[in-house]
Amino acid sequence: MANEGEARAGVYKDTLLAGLWRENPVFRLLLGMCPTLAVTAAVKPALTMGCCVIFVLVCSNVIVSLMRHLLKPHLRILMFTLTIATFVTIADLILRAYVPVMSETLGPYVPLIIVNCIIICRAEACASKNGVVVSIIDAVGMGVGFTGTLCVLAGIREVLATGKIFEVAVMPGSFLPWAAMGMPVGAFVTLGLMLGLVNLTSKARR
Amino acid sequence: MDTLNALVLAFISMVIINNLVFTKFLGTCPYLGVSGRIDMAFGMGMAVTFVVTLSGVLTYMINNWILMRFGLEVARYVCFILVIAGAVQLVEMYLRKFFPSLYESFGIFLPLITTNCAILGLCLFLDLWGVDSLILAAVESFGAGIGFTMAICIMAGIRENLQLADVPGCLKGAPITLITAGLLAMAFMGFAGMIR
Repeated sequence: MANEGEARAGVYKDTLLAGLWRENPVFRLLLGMCPTLAVTAAVKPALTMGCCVIFVLVCSNVIVSLMRHLLKPHLRILMFTLTIATFVTIADLILRAYVPVMSETLGPYVPLIIVNCIIICRAEACASKNGVVVSIIDAVGMGVGFTGTLCVLAGIREVLATGKIFEVAVMPGSFLPWAAMGMPVGAFVTLGLMLGLVNLTSKARR
Repeated sequence: MDTLNALVLAFISMVIINNLVFTKFLGTCPYLGVSGRIDMAFGMGMAVTFVVTLSGVLTYMINNWILMRFGLEVARYVCFILVIAGAVQLVEMYLRKFFPSLYESFGIFLPLITTNCAILGLCLFLDLWGVDSLILAAVESFGAGIGFTMAICIMAGIRENLQLADVPGCLKGAPITLITAGLLAMAFMGFAGMIR
């Protein structure tokens, strides 16, 4: 019994760590690029977006995992999409009710979580094959990994574009803001360089 | 004459100035994934243009004539995604029946379009911008599709040449594509403010 429990704990830990780094959705799987680029002009919207994604990912993984025996192969994707769309609507309404300013900033990128490939990928690759607990852990790992990446990218961009982070000035007074970092150019180039850096470190370790 | 003028301006602005890929980051996934060859990129762009026009018009009609009239805005996202999935399915069936050669050349891209964020994104932006006539919605959707095609074709052309370039090892593949996209976005920023 103890062995079985240990093995299960090992699986849980593995699933969690996979999402956080080894299979990090943005750096390793290149999924969910659209929100990654769009909402990372500042840390606050990035964090909000990340929380929404975690919420939707956990809920949809639970539901998909619960109904995995009922799924018909040809209707699978449609069921996933409808489940996700429902939870995204809930998340959008919550945002609009409690943080209206943030909801305005994020605009259509909240509903765009529906077509975020991470969520449908996890539903297909994990939740439709595993039990509820593993699915939840997987969702949390992937979601936190995604949020972390988003925040790092947003942090770099916000500091360079405005010299502030969370609206607190961190750079010395003589710092000249790089306006380009707040624009689409900054998003593409920063993410490209970050991916290059990740490739470099993982190659060095090998 | 004024209406025509407005429509042409809306089209140009959607293609160049508000290009979905470079200013709104929509459709970045296929943009990075399939833009390896020009002919494939063009096929993908055409398929997207077709679906985006169709679903832009359909979602406009559903949103304005059904959902808003009966106060069902809550169901908007679910309806939109259903319409898009349905439109893709419809296009797929139609092409397979009447243009089998075209269907063959689209291949796997067709079903993938459902999860292309450019399509849902455009439908949501049409709603957000408060586009108030069906014909304007149609023109803007079509323009968005053409803009996507243009972006993905430019990128494919650059990537074909990049294969011969000496890129640092760690930047090969996605990173250099993203950086190239950044430079392209900077080039397109030059058009900003030309209209409106």
